[in-house]
Amino acid sequence: MISDFSNYAWLVPLFPLLAFIALLILGRQMKELGTKIAIFAMSITFIISLMIFISRILNETENYIWDNLRWIQIGDFSLSMGYEVSNLNSLMLLIVSSVGLLVTIYSVEYMKNDERYNVFFSYIALFTFSMLSLVLSINVLQFYIFWELVGVCSFLLVGFWFHKPAAKAAAKKAFIVTRIGDLGLFIAILILFWYMPNHSLDFISIQNAVVTSQLDPSVITWIAILIFIGAIGKSGQFPLHTWLPDAMEGPTPISALIHAATMVAAGVFLVARTYEIFLASPDALLVVSYVGGFTAIFAATIAIVQNDIKRILAYSTISQLGYMMMALGIGISITNGMFHLFTHAFFKALLFLGAGSVIHTVHKQNIHEMGQLSSKMKITTWTFAIGALALIGIPPFSGFWSKDAILTEAYLHNTALFWIGITTAFLTAFYMSRLFFLVFMGKNMNNQEINEYHESPRSMTIPLIVLAALSVCVGFIQTPANHWFEGWLIGQQHEESIQWFVINVSTAVGLLGIMLGYMVYQRRSISSEQLSTQFRWIHRLLVNKYYIDEAYSWILVKPLHGLGMILSMFDEYVIHGLVRLTSNFVVGLNQVSTRLQNGQLQNYGLITLLGLVILALAIAGKRFINVG
Amino acid sequence: MDPNISPYLMLAGILFCIGIFGALTKKNAVIVLICIELMLNAVNLNLIAFSRYGVQPSLTGQIFSLFNITIAAAEAAVGIAILITLYRNKYTINVKEMNTLKH
Repeated sequence: MISDFSNYAWLVPLFPLLAFIALLILGRQMKELGTKIAIFAMSITFIISLMIFISRILNETENYIWDNLRWIQIGDFSLSMGYEVSNLNSLMLLIVSSVGLLVTIYSVEYMKNDERYNVFFSYIALFTFSMLSLVLSINVLQFYIFWELVGVCSFLLVGFWFHKPAAKAAAKKAFIVTRIGDLGLFIAILILFWYMPNHSLDFISIQNAVVTSQLDPSVITWIAILIFIGAIGKSGQFPLHTWLPDAMEGPTPISALIHAATMVAAGVFLVARTYEIFLASPDALLVVSYVGGFTAIFAATIAIVQNDIKRILAYSTISQLGYMMMALGIGISITNGMFHLFTHAFFKALLFLGAGSVIHTVHKQNIHEMGQLSSKMKITTWTFAIGALALIGIPPFSGFWSKDAILTEAYLHNTALFWIGITTAFLTAFYMSRLFFLVFMGKNMNNQEINEYHESPRSMTIPLIVLAALSVCVGFIQTPANHWFEGWLIGQQHEESIQWFVINVSTAVGLLGIMLGYMVYQRRSISSEQLSTQFRWIHRLLVNKYYIDEAYSWILVKPLHGLGMILSMFDEYVIHGLVRLTSNFVVGLNQVSTRLQNGQLQNYGLITLLGLVILALAIAGKRFINVG
Repeated sequence: MDPNISPYLMLAGILFCIGIFGALTKKNAVIVLICIELMLNAVNLNLIAFSRYGVQPSLTGQIFSLFNITIAAAEAAVGIAILITLYRNKYTINVKEMNTLKH
């Protein structure tokens, strides 16, 4: 019997924080030591998270809450900080720390030649600390603090190669666009503070208040929608998705850790964490499900025509996050959304790290310039194939089970969303097979170049193998016949009959998509050029990502820029003008007075004389005119 | 007061004005010194005129003018000495160029 480790949960974020401080002190020296510190801290964190997770599986324990750190005390209102360990939180801890550890090991090789090596690891450690603390937060405000902190880490890491203008722009975009969402979350917190009994902000009180209907239904709807806006920003849902593809300018391990597995999932986690609020508001749930469903199909269509290997995966991430939101929005329980988050974290991290391995070898990102890599990079090819199959949802890979769970739920409760999900699954299969065949199979490479390529070193392939193994295995915790995960996560099991129709259809469209991809990009029996010329305007629409960036540029950025110009002109010419006028006046006065002091005694004498004459005249005049 | 005083006072005034004009406008430092002497002598003339035709005629004015002449002599001696030193250092007796007070 393993005892309950939940009361040691505060140790989990502590080690990455210490590692962050240590790496910051090291600066650019001692790469070896920096590596050791980073891997050591991440390993400890992973081990503690794993122990907490296992102990929570083996013991039927209550949620553990520690909230003795009183932070603010204003009159009757007090706000305590602390940490909470529930089954949901321990699952997230495990996801974050395991992917974090694997990405750290992977980055040792990937970032080997970067001179800001230790800085990179310190950022990863800071991110891991913030993300783990976010997961453990007990109240909304604490959650928000770490929510912003992970945003900062994302900014720092996207802009890690800030000498590239594209990376700089992407970092700013990621920060500003998510900030729009964060504003929604912040307003939600303010409304909660205003309406909650005793102004309490901790998750438990909020749940109780919603369940016992102490809040007005319309207020709940507003809170839910505002919270969801926060989630939209962080999880790259439509219409705030534009930052995520650009964020691929960052180093690839970062894309795997932050922009695929953990931080972008924070939005989904937020909705799951405050799920009672959403359950109390059918309207908000409807918004969540349709935004999620729309994002899923929308991003999948864009992914079909992208040429950058990382951007395809980024759109795929947006699409899968859409699935999770859709699953949450259908409104039965958090199980399916969290289950997909769990499996997606592993196979999407795997895909990104695989893409990183490819990029590390060929130093290109355009999939049309790659090909035939399977002969040289066996491990990368196989693990990438497993990741792709898991993403497409081919049984028995993990993605199949989680996607099937979502589709089953949609099939039973909302047929429109079901067909959206099926279409997305087909598109997913198509773009992933396109990616796979073009990168790893293909024929358009000259042999000279291909001979220079080789498999990535072991410290990069081992994380791939581990993630591939996880991508195969983790799906079995929740299958149509086995509801263990659901029972563990939310404490009850919905017994549903196995929907063979859903399983068959989703597998069929997956295989169909792969077939189509194979025919177009491997056998080339259907010409992709012909397709793109035949549907020219659709193709152009997709290549330009539905012109969303352009629309934002015209509707928001340009007018704001114009307003900024006008205000800056006002500042320059009116306000600064006044300042300059004052200073010029003083300077002029100074110039006049310096000219008076010219060292010519005769001038001084003359002025004195003039003064005397004026005085004499004044006295004489006074006598004649008789003033006073 | 005796009306005979006015020609003396007018002469003294004219002398003083000539002196002050020269002191303020001439470039040569020697002439400036001479003009200062002129102004002092105009004052002496005043003093003497008042001691003879003033409201209360007395010898005080004449004695005072003697003191004045003494001081004027001393002043001229010091002035000339300064001028010579200046000339040795700067090779000029042009008043316009003596503008170090500016700094």
